[in-house]
Amino acid sequence: MFYFLTGRVVAVIKEIRIHGRGGQGSVTAAEVLAHAAFFEGKCVQAFPYFGAERRGAPVKAFARISDEPLLVHSQIYAPDYVIVLDPYIYKVVDVTEGLKKDGVIVFNTTKKPEELGLKNWRVATVDATGIALELNLIVAGQPLVSTSILGGFAKATEQVKLESVLKAVRETWSGAAGEKNSRATELAYERLTKWWNGAAL
Amino acid sequence: MEQVIIDTANHIAGHAARAARVKVVAAYPITPQTTIVEKIADFVESGEMDAEYIRVESEHSAMVACIGAAATGVRTFTATSAHGLALMHETLHWASGSRLPIVMAVVNRAMGAPWSIWPDLADSLSQRDTGWIQFYCADSQEVFDTIIQAYKLCEDEKVFLPAMVCLEGFILSHTYSPAKIPDQEKIDAYLPPYRCGWALDVDHPYSHANLVSPEWYMEFRYMIQEAMNNAKQIIPQIDKEYGKLFGLQHGGLIEKYKCEDAELILLTMGTIGSEAKLTVDKMRREGQKVGSARIRVYRPFPAEEIVKLAENSQMLATIDRHISFGMEGFLASETKAALFNRADRPPLAGFIAGLGGRDVTAETIEKIAKKSLKYATDGKVENDPIWVDLKE
Amino acid sequence: MIKEPKKRKDLPLTPLSCPTVGSMGKTGSWRTFRPEVDYSKCTKCTLCWIDCPDAAITRREDDSPEIDYDYCKGCGICANECPTKAIRMKREED
Repeated sequence: MFYFLTGRVVAVIKEIRIHGRGGQGSVTAAEVLAHAAFFEGKCVQAFPYFGAERRGAPVKAFARISDEPLLVHSQIYAPDYVIVLDPYIYKVVDVTEGLKKDGVIVFNTTKKPEELGLKNWRVATVDATGIALELNLIVAGQPLVSTSILGGFAKATEQVKLESVLKAVRETWSGAAGEKNSRATELAYERLTKWWNGAAL
Repeated sequence: MEQVIIDTANHIAGHAARAARVKVVAAYPITPQTTIVEKIADFVESGEMDAEYIRVESEHSAMVACIGAAATGVRTFTATSAHGLALMHETLHWASGSRLPIVMAVVNRAMGAPWSIWPDLADSLSQRDTGWIQFYCADSQEVFDTIIQAYKLCEDEKVFLPAMVCLEGFILSHTYSPAKIPDQEKIDAYLPPYRCGWALDVDHPYSHANLVSPEWYMEFRYMIQEAMNNAKQIIPQIDKEYGKLFGLQHGGLIEKYKCEDAELILLTMGTIGSEAKLTVDKMRREGQKVGSARIRVYRPFPAEEIVKLAENSQMLATIDRHISFGMEGFLASETKAALFNRADRPPLAGFIAGLGGRDVTAETIEKIAKKSLKYATDGKVENDPIWVDLKE
Repeated sequence: MIKEPKKRKDLPLTPLSCPTVGSMGKTGSWRTFRPEVDYSKCTKCTLCWIDCPDAAITRREDDSPEIDYDYCKGCGICANECPTKAIRMKREED
């Protein structure tokens, strides 16, 4: 969180980093999240890690949510929240890098935090891959988790409302795709498990 | 209908070309510009934009096609970056010498070698002598507004010059944020149909830009300089008028932030100018009187405005996102030039930061500001540019 | 139609050139040899008219050539191309 005095108002900015593999929709997740917050009157940014990306390689995407217009344009180094789309990426990437001490990681996984080596962090887990398979939400052979995970994010962090995420999802995908993605988002919201180890909420 | 959309600055630039009722777009793709012209191609395909889209084989051809189209009397647009802009170099001279009001989006990207896709201002700043007006934007709203304003400026009969609207690659081009698209009817009222100083006419044929002997060439060049000076007067008026109509304006030639009583003024360009406001606020909370001046228009260079800024401050620091090898950053040089004949000019420290996409944070800018304040108290400034965050 | 600029304010924004006859003066004065047409041998094939590089030959109503001696530079192409040798190059007398 940054506090910046703009006039007499203190601006609170929340920063989010999203980990995934190229092609999984990390950038889309950032954009849909920004869109959802925008519907709630927030000022937002969403951007990819600036560089060449390829399918399957680890990628990062970022979002900022603020009460005040965003003047900052530099990179995010100390996110408040981390979203992990890929269940196994933690083996090759340190998903906790720079994460604030009282930050929250929203993880697409069937495992428990200690099995992921994240015992000392505030972790929220949901099997978004399982939900995608359940609903046959598969594109080009990949189960789509980038939207449903945002339902989990909404429940875990309360930074956006579920309704806002659903509205953003429906604006991004119309018709049947929109409905499937929305259903996945709702299920992820319902099935999210919080593992707050020691840190006060 | 006015609407607020969230999209990347590139797509928002595409919206601006559509809203400006551009009739011909000739372009060649290059990272990180490509999504501008892809968006325009979508608009043309869907019929939302009534324009001719010409797929050319290089950026050189893109500019030449724009020159040809503009010469027949239509509003034109193109976009490029880095080496694409460099490839068009000779044609940039041709466009300004022909006094054609072409508007081009330049998505700033570092020049190779070494190959880089990340942002700095070397590409457009190396073209500062080509007779093109240059705007540098700090956010996607400004990108939209400036493209519309650029057409109004360039088609003014006292101007008739082409303009570049510059935005940093990735930082703006690929970052998704909200922007207001004003009502099309209001934009049409603000921006009248294309006007040009001359146009090819099959009924009264003539050719343009032919051989001119030493007898008259200088006078043609002087007229371009006059047009640039006129632009200096007209840009603030246009920005103000736009502000009145749409509630959006960007500071005219220089966007000043808390400069009135500043002891140190940071001179910046592009998104660094936006981030600098955070540094100014933080340092003011700590009791330091710092201000920031974002140079929105680099050509024509706002020398008079800079003189006014310098009158009230004790120290200036320029942050250049590029270097002219063998000398210093362009902003440092030109600011010094503007102040040279003033006996009471403040000292100036020139900093080089953010080359090749090296991140420039509010903390980096604070380091620059603190170093500048120290120079001011020590009464001694380094002549050589100071490279920030350089690895050993 | 053509305005010779006297002052800077007479200039257009960018040089605009109109097609015009004889902008470099009467180049006929450059001649050493002049072409002469024997109209009795002329078959009105119009080859001389097509090939004249200075457009100094016009077609009369009957398609025979009319040479404009104000601008003919005496290059001799018309004489060279004429299939009936109706055109001969003669030394210019002053």
